[in-house]
Amino acid sequence: MPTLDLVLMIAAMVAILVPTAAMLVWFERRLLGFFQQRYGPNRVGYFGILQSLADLIKILFKHDWIPPFADRPVFVLAPLIGALAVLMSFAVVPMSPNLMVSDSNIGLLFFLAMTSMAVYSVVLAGWASNNKYALLGGMRAAAQTISYEVFMGVSLLGVVILSGSFKLSDIVLAQQNMWYVIPQFLGFVIFMIAGIAESHRLPFDLPEAETELTAGFHTEYSGIKFALFFLGEYLGMMLISMMITTVFLGGWLGPWLPPIVWFLLKTLSLICFFVLLRAALPRPRFDQLLELGWKWILPLALLNLVATAFVKLWGDF
Amino acid sequence: MNSLGLFYVSASIALLASFCVITQKNAVHALLYLIVSLLALALCFYLLGAPFAAALQIIVYAGAIMVLFVFAVMMFNINQQDIERESQWLSWQSWLGPSLLVTVLLVEVLFILQSQPAWTSTESQVTLIDAKAVGSLLFGPYLLAVEIASFLLLAGLVGGYHLAKALPHKPVNKEVNQP
Repeated sequence: MPTLDLVLMIAAMVAILVPTAAMLVWFERRLLGFFQQRYGPNRVGYFGILQSLADLIKILFKHDWIPPFADRPVFVLAPLIGALAVLMSFAVVPMSPNLMVSDSNIGLLFFLAMTSMAVYSVVLAGWASNNKYALLGGMRAAAQTISYEVFMGVSLLGVVILSGSFKLSDIVLAQQNMWYVIPQFLGFVIFMIAGIAESHRLPFDLPEAETELTAGFHTEYSGIKFALFFLGEYLGMMLISMMITTVFLGGWLGPWLPPIVWFLLKTLSLICFFVLLRAALPRPRFDQLLELGWKWILPLALLNLVATAFVKLWGDF
Repeated sequence: MNSLGLFYVSASIALLASFCVITQKNAVHALLYLIVSLLALALCFYLLGAPFAAALQIIVYAGAIMVLFVFAVMMFNINQQDIERESQWLSWQSWLGPSLLVTVLLVEVLFILQSQPAWTSTESQVTLIDAKAVGSLLFGPYLLAVEIASFLLLAGLVGGYHLAKALPHKPVNKEVNQP
């Protein structure tokens, strides 16, 4: 029965993805420690590998408090939307030729749609907390995400023009001769910047910038709900790395090793790069972030789109 | 048959959510129901064989326009007083007129559906409309409509630019400041 297979597949994906995201927290802290010439968490288990488990146990036993001044239903809903929207996107990621939940013919659009849904988590958390820091964080998140969503879509269109499909497995297979990172280098850079901004990773973590907004949109959150936000952020980082791998770095393609190993290797190196960015770059001011987006990246993305379309049509003649 | 059942489920969710949009007293809650309604509509589009329209419905309507709505309403600082005032406005007298008009429309729709039974037989064979078909229709027979819509958007953009423009510095009236 295909439906049962599908359910099992989805369950397996969730069962693998969520602990991986938790491990990623430890991995990031260790790697940050390495970049900053300190140890990082190294006490629980070998090399501190069980640190995330310890953190999880701690966070589960924390008092799950909802402030009396908060809007209760929306306050509870907000972290769920974030984690769910990101988890849904994993459904269309092709990890290897036959390891994917859905090979939808609108896969790329589905990813964009789910990314745009994820913003509600932050915006609604900021609003429902009824706290000025949280509201400011939510406002920033809304402005930042809407701005960067535009370039994200436009930067992917170059790849869609070249491969002629929204289907992610088609896009991977179209890269057999050359990865799209070479003809679409501008699109690659723009998509990466937009991806960092979309997942609120440092240096673009302005919605939760702790020096100015205490903790931004999740100021009032504690316990398991806070953990869901955290989970959503790390899942988002994994998702963006996987999408860059799929769309620009040839996905599962590569010699000698099995496809899934190539896919995971490429994803892991991108994650390491994101951690390095966190260690290396300072946070811009909010107006600088939006100015960069609208005045520089948007024209560049449009230029890339027009140039790609021109080249494609020129080749067809 | 399976997709028909799914269609009816998502269509009824859309109806229910739309009903909640107009009965909710808190504006943000109403907006949330509107988002649910739009998502359910996107599912309807998908099931009717228009995956591209469904994806755009989520990306553009639910993902961008509604975020801006929530963004704006967030600033209003809605409190208990506003909710009470809202509930006073939602009296049964104000429902009467719209309900009557809508009932007339509903009867009309039922009549049309009744008189054209050919539609019901074709719904099992859904034709898939992909992005290419949408694109060639938009830039073929409907080019004029696309251009007019883009004019409209440009006008909105110019208006927004004008409103957000920094006001020119007026020279301060020196004579008032002089002793």
